[in-house]
Amino acid sequence: MLEGILQGLEAAISLQNLIMVVAGCLLGTFIGMLPGLGPMSIIAIMIPVAIKIGDPSAALILLAGVYYGAIFGGSTSSILINAPGIAGTVATAFDGYPMARKGLAGKALTIAAIASFTGGTIGAILLMGFAPALATVALLFHSAEYFALMIVGLSAIAAFAGTGNVAKALMMTVVGLILATLGESAQFNAPRFTMGIQDLQSGISFITLAMALFALPEALYLVLDPKRSNTGGAGGEIKDLRITKTEAKLIAPVIGRQSIQGFLIGVMPGAGATIASFLGYAVERNIAKGDEQAEFGKGSVKGLAAPETANNAACTGSFVPLLTLGIPGSGTTAILLGALIALNVTPGPRLMVDNPTIFWAVIISMYVGNVVLLILNLPLIPYIAKLLLVPRNYLIPFILFFTMMGSYIGQNNATELLMLTSMGVAATIMRFAGFPLAPMLIGFILGQMLEDNFARAMNLTDGVSFMWERPMTTALLVLAIVLIFLPSIREQLAKLRCKGVADGD
Amino acid sequence: MTLDRAIAGLFLLLCLIYGYTAFVTMEANLLPFELNMTFLPNTMPKWLSVLGVIIGLVVVVQTGPKAQAEIDEGEIDYRNLRQYKLAQAIFLLGLMIAYALLLRPIGFIAATTLFLAGGGMILGERNYKLLLPIAIFTAFLIWYLVQELLGIFLRPWPWFI
Repeated sequence: MLEGILQGLEAAISLQNLIMVVAGCLLGTFIGMLPGLGPMSIIAIMIPVAIKIGDPSAALILLAGVYYGAIFGGSTSSILINAPGIAGTVATAFDGYPMARKGLAGKALTIAAIASFTGGTIGAILLMGFAPALATVALLFHSAEYFALMIVGLSAIAAFAGTGNVAKALMMTVVGLILATLGESAQFNAPRFTMGIQDLQSGISFITLAMALFALPEALYLVLDPKRSNTGGAGGEIKDLRITKTEAKLIAPVIGRQSIQGFLIGVMPGAGATIASFLGYAVERNIAKGDEQAEFGKGSVKGLAAPETANNAACTGSFVPLLTLGIPGSGTTAILLGALIALNVTPGPRLMVDNPTIFWAVIISMYVGNVVLLILNLPLIPYIAKLLLVPRNYLIPFILFFTMMGSYIGQNNATELLMLTSMGVAATIMRFAGFPLAPMLIGFILGQMLEDNFARAMNLTDGVSFMWERPMTTALLVLAIVLIFLPSIREQLAKLRCKGVADGD
Repeated sequence: MTLDRAIAGLFLLLCLIYGYTAFVTMEANLLPFELNMTFLPNTMPKWLSVLGVIIGLVVVVQTGPKAQAEIDEGEIDYRNLRQYKLAQAIFLLGLMIAYALLLRPIGFIAATTLFLAGGGMILGERNYKLLLPIAIFTAFLIWYLVQELLGIFLRPWPWFI
């Protein structure tokens, strides 16, 4: 392991990769601040660039830098103008924006930067500890277990990502899986479900789908509801960056707790930075006492530090299942997985053994990325914030244009743009109706792998008997079923309990 | 009927068509040597279509008016779309389709300039002296970045050049 770490260190601090980290963080910060372009779309835009680089560790380092930068950039716009660029930083705005309005914008940004830095760094340390352990376990896995594990991942995503409605999330997962079967079939490479359309033979490009599911609906939301892109009132001088000793004492335990909690949530497939930040905020609010609790939502330093730490730690955490099991924990890591496959790297338990340099270089570059983020962003914040003053009339066409470029460049096919537009409209309508879109993308990306492993397992056992003949597979499949029914069981229990109370009274 | 139920119904219909293709059409087109194989191109679609029909039915049954939660802050109330800038959104989508159709014939530079300037105009920008130069500059800049730096071919000029 130590040898691997040293190899990774050597790769991560090479000049080329350092430039990648710096470029990624800067770019991520810039774009993350724009409402409508979250880490998911930014990474999707960056994939052609990453593929062009060719060297997988450099490409992955660039993308990881972009990811961190985007999360950090999102918090900048959340704090300064109450416009969270991405879902993961919505909770940051709860207390960050009130602080900025009180004239403490500088302090709020500093706290956000320090919280992000600590969360990311502790996350990276935990990742070093966790990843090899998980990878060792994962090596025992066989295609049947992989199939079952992906089913677990998909059901966990449906169970956690759905806004209270598991059936809807499951439905979206199935839509994703069905879309993944379009084009050439697993093992046979014969066209299926193409309806005779030649453009469909290579299937739907995942960048196009990612753009259609996330960037385009968000851009359309911005058009429909101008209040969303309200960039007015960005005033307030950014000065007084320092935090006092009492404040430091206040936020230290919060940062400590949320680093670990955020990381663990990030490790779970389907949870990701958004849930980690909301949960972190909720937990800290619940355990705060009296006055401190009342302060939440009115500019509490604790309320700002909690989601900021948690979302960065969760970002790091979500790399654990991605790198060791090949299962993306969130929509963003799902896109990263796609990028990895395009770069001819198969994430999974063999990654650490076959490509230790890539594996460790990415982890080491997370430390580097965190340091770079801190150094770059603190002095740059006042200047970067000016980007947000780009008027809506210019901003939205640019967002739409970059969305289209993202999907066009990959395929050089104008039909892709028509698919993007139509799927984007469909995605927007589904978002109106409250269908979560992330499970669909994850289903789409895992679909092909799921089918490959399913095929392999079925061929080995000459049927589906592997589902009950291999104990681990059975256990995982049972877990998947439990995960799907857990939310409704808990709801029923809660109802019963409420009834019991009423009867007792 | 609520929107989510309509979507679930549509999904159900798609699953039935998909299932029919998997169970009937694809089954009929199997090659002789494939008949004895365990895993076939339509194996997974068969499973998925069954699963999809079950889940689709659950969603259709589950989402009644009762499940209609209130619109969260920041979400859009689709039942009252007129209060939003619907026309702008539709025109922008139209512009995107036009961009897709024109990109090859009139070339990247012209199409992009038209798209960026047109998008700004649809959103209400009237300062053409600023809008046009920015659009042209961006079109050239992106073309340069993509073609010259990244090496991805983009046809810059119209077909006749």
